[in-house]
Amino acid sequence: MSYTQLAIVGVLLAVLNDMYLLRTKLLTRRIFWVSYSIIIFFQLLSNGVLTGLRIVRYNGLVIIGSSTPIDAPPPMFGDGRVFFAPVEDLFFGFALVLLSLSMWVWLGRRGVQRTPTAGPPRFTSHSSDE
Amino acid sequence: MKQFAYLGVLAVCLLGTGLLEVFLRARVYRRWLRLILTLVPVVFIFVHWDIYAISQNHWTFDSDYVTGIIAVANVPLEEVCFFIAIPICSILTLEAVRSMRSWPVGDEVAADAGDEQ
Repeated sequence: MSYTQLAIVGVLLAVLNDMYLLRTKLLTRRIFWVSYSIIIFFQLLSNGVLTGLRIVRYNGLVIIGSSTPIDAPPPMFGDGRVFFAPVEDLFFGFALVLLSLSMWVWLGRRGVQRTPTAGPPRFTSHSSDE
Repeated sequence: MKQFAYLGVLAVCLLGTGLLEVFLRARVYRRWLRLILTLVPVVFIFVHWDIYAISQNHWTFDSDYVTGIIAVANVPLEEVCFFIAIPICSILTLEAVRSMRSWPVGDEVAADAGDEQ
């Protein structure tokens, strides 16, 4: 299977897992989408370094765009690339993040170290801190 | 030092999100058992994806920017570290958002009652 096909399958399996297998249903929660929008920003940055510097190179036969050039950086945008990385990486990343977060939440639901819970922030402007 | 470039990117990710543990009290590393149990299946699945992808030449690594250490099968050490680091960063982000905003995640005690919000 191509990377494009695998990436789509990966997202589908992660979605099925979240919605129907673990039933964590993170996809229905605001906190997931807010967290993911922060994550994707930093993902584009860090993955942009890995792919833009050609630390990781891709084979054009298995992605929408063409191969990472031998002697030049890949395009920043266009030719199936988003911030130097193949668009497939966004799907791969989504599957990785969703699977990780649903596992984490599922374990919490099962009572594995549900506590200590997060917060409050160490520095807050209005509340007295602890 | 070039050969540590890939590991360096991951180190920056972990150092950056590490601040969330300290300053937003994300308490992810504090819940290390839950973290490890999360990582085991994730690393298992994605390393297998990686084994397949590398065997099919989906992606390759510039030997100048990696240590050359192979962790398992055909998978470089850096890739295994990636599948550990990125989930940790993601969970830290989730818990940092929860620290700032008390939006439900689904693992709250009240969720036991079958709350499906």
